[in-house]
Amino acid sequence: MSKTKTTKTGSAQVPHENGRTRPALRFDRAAAYAPAPEASDIVTIKARQGHFIDGEFVESAEGNSFETINPATEEVLGEVAKGSAEDVDRAVKAARKAYEKVWSKLPAAERGKYLFRISRILQERAREFAVLESLDGGKPIRESRDVDVPLAAAHFFYYAGWADKLDFAFGGRTTAPIGVAGQIIPWNFPLLMAAWKLAPALATGNTCVLKPAETTPLTALLLAEVLQQADLPPGVVNIVTGFGDTGAALASHKGIDKVAFTGSTEVGKRIQRTAKARHLTLELGGKAANIVFADCALDQAVEGIVNGIYFNQGHVCCAGSRLLVEESVHDRLIQKLEDRIQTLIVGDPLDKNTDIGAINSKSQLATIQRYLQAGVEDGCEIHQSRRTLPKKGFWCAPTYFTGVAQSSRIAQEEIFGPVLAVMTFRTPEEAIEKANNTMYGLSAGIWTDKGSKIFKMLSQMRAGVVWANTFNKFDPASPFGGYKESGYGREGGAHGLAAYLEVK
Amino acid sequence: MRHQRLVETPVDQINVEERAARFTKRSIKTTSKVEGLLLAVSMCDLTTLEGKDTEGKVRQMCQKARNPLGADLAASHPGVTVAAVCVYPNLVEVAKRSLKGSQVKVAAVATGFPSGQYPLEVRLDDVRQTVELGADEIDMVINRGALLEGDIKTVFDEIVQVKEACGEAHLKVILETGEIGSYDTVRRASFVAMEAGADFIKTSTGKVQPAATMPVALVMLEAIRDFYYATGKRIGMKPAGGIRTSKEALHYLVMLSETLGDDWMTPDLFRFGASALVNDLQMQLAKQATGRYQSGDYFSLD
Repeated sequence: MSKTKTTKTGSAQVPHENGRTRPALRFDRAAAYAPAPEASDIVTIKARQGHFIDGEFVESAEGNSFETINPATEEVLGEVAKGSAEDVDRAVKAARKAYEKVWSKLPAAERGKYLFRISRILQERAREFAVLESLDGGKPIRESRDVDVPLAAAHFFYYAGWADKLDFAFGGRTTAPIGVAGQIIPWNFPLLMAAWKLAPALATGNTCVLKPAETTPLTALLLAEVLQQADLPPGVVNIVTGFGDTGAALASHKGIDKVAFTGSTEVGKRIQRTAKARHLTLELGGKAANIVFADCALDQAVEGIVNGIYFNQGHVCCAGSRLLVEESVHDRLIQKLEDRIQTLIVGDPLDKNTDIGAINSKSQLATIQRYLQAGVEDGCEIHQSRRTLPKKGFWCAPTYFTGVAQSSRIAQEEIFGPVLAVMTFRTPEEAIEKANNTMYGLSAGIWTDKGSKIFKMLSQMRAGVVWANTFNKFDPASPFGGYKESGYGREGGAHGLAAYLEVK
Repeated sequence: MRHQRLVETPVDQINVEERAARFTKRSIKTTSKVEGLLLAVSMCDLTTLEGKDTEGKVRQMCQKARNPLGADLAASHPGVTVAAVCVYPNLVEVAKRSLKGSQVKVAAVATGFPSGQYPLEVRLDDVRQTVELGADEIDMVINRGALLEGDIKTVFDEIVQVKEACGEAHLKVILETGEIGSYDTVRRASFVAMEAGADFIKTSTGKVQPAATMPVALVMLEAIRDFYYATGKRIGMKPAGGIRTSKEALHYLVMLSETLGDDWMTPDLFRFGASALVNDLQMQLAKQATGRYQSGDYFSLD
C-alpha cells in the first residue's frame, strides 16, 4: 500500500458550501460480506508450458522459461517458455507457411466457420477462462466473468460474420489480406486483447504470431488449446511467450507484414522506429477526461466516475483518470464520491463480491506508488478508501486527488492504476480546452442531461471514443483507437478490418 | 421547496437501472445470509389490505407477527418479531389488542387509501380517527393527481396537514411510483414528502402495478441521502408490493447498506411492506439451520 502519510483516515465529513461540515454516512459494516469465492478447481495449470507454434506446444529453442505468479497471493502458478529471437523466427516461418499454403487459399466462408467455432468454444469454456484470467492477472472474477470473456467471445463472433462479406466493407472496393501479422498485447485484458487482435486478422485472411505480456501469458495459452479444439490449421495462429525482448524481436522481424501493438506509448514509439513491416497500428496510452457538468444526473455520474477509473484497478488505457467537474457542483460530487469509494470491496479477485482486485505486478504497484507520492508532493490532497487491504500480494486502495492542477504530473501522465485526479472548470469552453490539453487522445466522457450540449462538446473533443452519460462501454461493432500519442489505427467494427487489409 | 437545487438534479434512467442491477450481483452467503434474513424479518410490515379482511384474519396475522420464525427457529433466535402489522383503519383496534405486550407496531393506511381521491377533510378525518383508534404509524397516499398536474404546492401542503393530524404517530408517505411516471418525478415527490415532514417514504400501495422495483427504490434512497447530506435528518424508506422472496429482500438490503450505510440498517429506518415475504424468509432460515429445504406446509401461512 501507499506509504503516503496524508492518507485521509478521518470521517467522511466534507466542508459545506457555507463553511459548515456536512453530515457523513458510515460504511464500517457496509459491504462486509462473508466470503463467496468462485471455485478455482475448474482450471488445471500445467507446471510448464511451451510456445504454441505450428499447431503444437513446443519448448523454447534454448529451453529457457519464466514463472508467472498470482498477483493477489504472489504464489507461482506455473512456468512458461521464454521466447528468443529463434523462437520468434520459427513462429513467423510457421505463420508464413500457413498463410501461403492454407489460410489464403481457404474460401472466406470457411475462415468464418473457424471463427464461429472459436467463439462458441470460448463461451462453453467461459468459466475456465474467467477463473484463469483472475488468477493470473488479479482482476475481479465479476469482471473477467461478465466483461472480459463474454466480450472476447463476442469479438470472434462479430468478425466471423465479416469473413465472407469483405467485398461490402469498403464501398465496393476489393480487398486482400496483408499476410503475416505480428501482434503484441498488454497485461490488462489478456484474453480480450488477444481476441481484439486475432479475430479481425483471421477474418480478413491473415495469419498471426501473438506475443502475450509476461505477467499474464496463461489465458492466451488456454486460447491456443481452444484453437486446437476448433481444428484451426497449424501455423495460422502462433503464440510466443516472453518479455520485452521477445516482443522486440517480433516487432522488428523482417518476415512479418504487419505489426499491431497495444501497450505503453513509450514501447509503441520504439516499435514505430524499429518495425520493418509495411503496416503498423498502435493502441497506446491515455489520460481521459471525464467531464461532469452541474446539470447532470449526479448520482449516476458518480457511478460512471467509479466505473471509469476503478474498473480493472484502473489498468485501462481508456480509463477516465482525469475528472473535470464544474465548480458549482464540485463539493456535492466529492462528498458522494468519498462515500462511494468506502463501499468498494478490495480483495480476493476470485471472490464474487470483489469490486477491485490486485494490482497486476509488483513493478506496476511501485509505479502507482511513485505517482501517489508525486501527487502529494505537488500539493494535491489525497483521499483513499479506509478499507484494510490484504497483507500478501499487490494492492492499492481506490484513490482520488482533489485540488489538482492541470500542470501536476498526476494530471498529465498515465498512471495505469486506481488513481483519479480531480480538477474543476467553469464553462464548457474551459472544459473542452482542458480535456484536449493532453498529449493523449484515446477516450473521454461527458455527463450532462442536456443532449444539445453533448453534441456541441463531441464536435470539439479530440479523442477516439467519447462516451456520453456512460463510461467504459465496449462493443465489437464499435471502433476503438486514439488521437495523438494514443496511437493510430482503429480496432473493432468495420474500421478494424482496414487494419488487416489492403484496400484496392 | 427549500432544496430546489437538489430536487432538480436529474435521474438517468439507464444508469440507475444498471446500478440497481449491480446490487443483485452481490453474493450473500453463510453468516451474512443469516444475518440479512433475520434483519429482513425484523423489518417486515406484515400486511393485509383487502376488502375481505376480518377480525379473525387480523388476529391470526398478529400471532404470526409476534412469532414470525416458528418454534424451532425462535429457539435459536429468541425475541425476533416483525416491525409492524399494516391494516385498514377498521382493524386497528383488533390488531392493537392482539399485539398487546409485544414490540410489534400497528400501522394503518389512511387518507382514503389507496386512491386518495376524497376531499381533503375526509382524508384528514381518516387520519385523526385512525390515530385515535391506536395506530402507531400512518401510511398515507400523496395526491398523485395534483402531482401530475404540476401542482407541487398542493401535494406539499396536504402532507403537512396530514403530518399535523398524525400527532405522535409516525408518518409514511406513499408515492405510488407506479402511477407517477418517470424517475425524475419519483425524486421530486420524494423531496416534497421529506420536506413536508414524512418520517418514511414508501414506494407503493401494493394495489398498482408495477409496485416496488429496485431502481425506483434506489432513486428514493438517493433522495434520502441528499436530504440527509443537506439537513442531517434521517428519513426512513419502505419498499412495498411485489417483494416476495428472500433473495429479493437481500438485494434490497445490499442496496440499502451500500447507499445509506450502517445507520439505516434498522427497522427504525427501513421496512418491507409485504404479506408473503416472511414465510420465504422463514423457509430460507430453516434451510440455513438444517441444510434442507422443506415444503411450504412446514411453515404456518399466517
